[in-house]
Amino acid sequence: MSIKHAEEYRDKKLSRSLIQEIQKNSRKPVRLMEVCGTHTVSIFKYGIRSILPKTISLLSGPGCPVCVTAQGEIDAFIELSRKKDVIITTFGDLMRVPGSNSSLQQERAKGQDIRMVYSAFDALEIAKINPDKEVVFLGVGFETTAPTIAASVLSAQVMNLTNFSVISAHKKVVPALTALLQTKEVNINGFLLPGHVSVIIGAGAYRGFIKNYPIPCVIAGFEPVDILTSIHMLIKQIETGKKDLENAYPRAVTEEGNSKAKSLLNTVFQSGNAIWRGIGPIPDSGLFFQKAYEAFDATRRFQISYQQTPEPKGCACGEVLTGIKTPLDCTLYKKICTPLHPVGPCMVSSEGICAAYDKYHVENNRGSCNDD
Amino acid sequence: MCLAIPSKIIRIVGDMGTVDVDGVKRDVSLLMIEEPQLGDYVIVHAGFAIHKIDEITAKETLQLLKEALAFVEKDDISN
Repeated sequence: MSIKHAEEYRDKKLSRSLIQEIQKNSRKPVRLMEVCGTHTVSIFKYGIRSILPKTISLLSGPGCPVCVTAQGEIDAFIELSRKKDVIITTFGDLMRVPGSNSSLQQERAKGQDIRMVYSAFDALEIAKINPDKEVVFLGVGFETTAPTIAASVLSAQVMNLTNFSVISAHKKVVPALTALLQTKEVNINGFLLPGHVSVIIGAGAYRGFIKNYPIPCVIAGFEPVDILTSIHMLIKQIETGKKDLENAYPRAVTEEGNSKAKSLLNTVFQSGNAIWRGIGPIPDSGLFFQKAYEAFDATRRFQISYQQTPEPKGCACGEVLTGIKTPLDCTLYKKICTPLHPVGPCMVSSEGICAAYDKYHVENNRGSCNDD
Repeated sequence: MCLAIPSKIIRIVGDMGTVDVDGVKRDVSLLMIEEPQLGDYVIVHAGFAIHKIDEITAKETLQLLKEALAFVEKDDISN
């Protein structure tokens, strides 16, 4: 069975033509950064790094939600899971992320009630059938995930579910792009912008950023033809001296984005300062509860305050997420930090760049060798 | 993690729907999309349909890309 709107974008002939075009056009050495964990996975899965000319280096930026979650937030999640009569609900990726002295997975093994869910609505169901417990959802993710959590909060209100709350550790992509370009050591010539964050926020959300920080940007889909088209567009911009925003994913991304989703998000959440792993505090980059929905804010309900916890000693996740280092430059990579015993979140998450380097046996900073 | 492959709506009940992606069926919320119809292809994220694929744009983009690259394909002898 063919998969519509996916297989057409895996066409070998089209991909080959795009690679030839990229090879023909790329002259200057460039560093292109994607800021989406799913792009990281696609780029490795389809071997895109290895087929690009040597002039092009691909970097993975702060696009994996778990990877950018601050150590203090992870510790707060773990602390909360130890409270009596609390059921923690979360997406699977967070389970193995090491905090300062434990992880959610270790806490579950010790008997804490921590459940993986597929959607925030599943957490509502758990709250409904456990009226004598407090059910907390750990909200981690970008603008794609935040509206789904907002919808669950609004539903909880309608259902009068008073035992449901959320820790909102959601983050916004555009302030992170700005912070990257404000960091001296960061050296990026163009961005592949995240496909599904852009579905929600729309191409229009990047216009102000590009005006203030002119840099070639292309919104990219996830299939090989999507990614190669986007790289081709970036190379053409760079070689001709343009610094524009282009949309290579128009079947999914419009100028205005998804107004229903944005309305849900803005009803429940407002922007505020947030701490990103490896980058530090970024103004207006986090999403926190609006006053009207504070009753659902788990940080208020359980009086949680985040501590400024240092990141694991020797872990280079922060420099890897900003493109300053690659996993191969980290002294812990594959020595102390492995997928079975991860030290930093970039090795934990399936979307993390260190996990991808390990899975695809990257032995130099150019590309992958073998697919498992 | 984003699910890159669009899913087809095969059932609608109020704000909820069932989608099929390559034979795998899942219930999703249709709250965030305008006028969902059976047979629509949608992008799904964390249990929600977040976008209805624009069929016309999808077709046009591929066509434009193929046209733009046609001259390269002619020269392609590596097959």
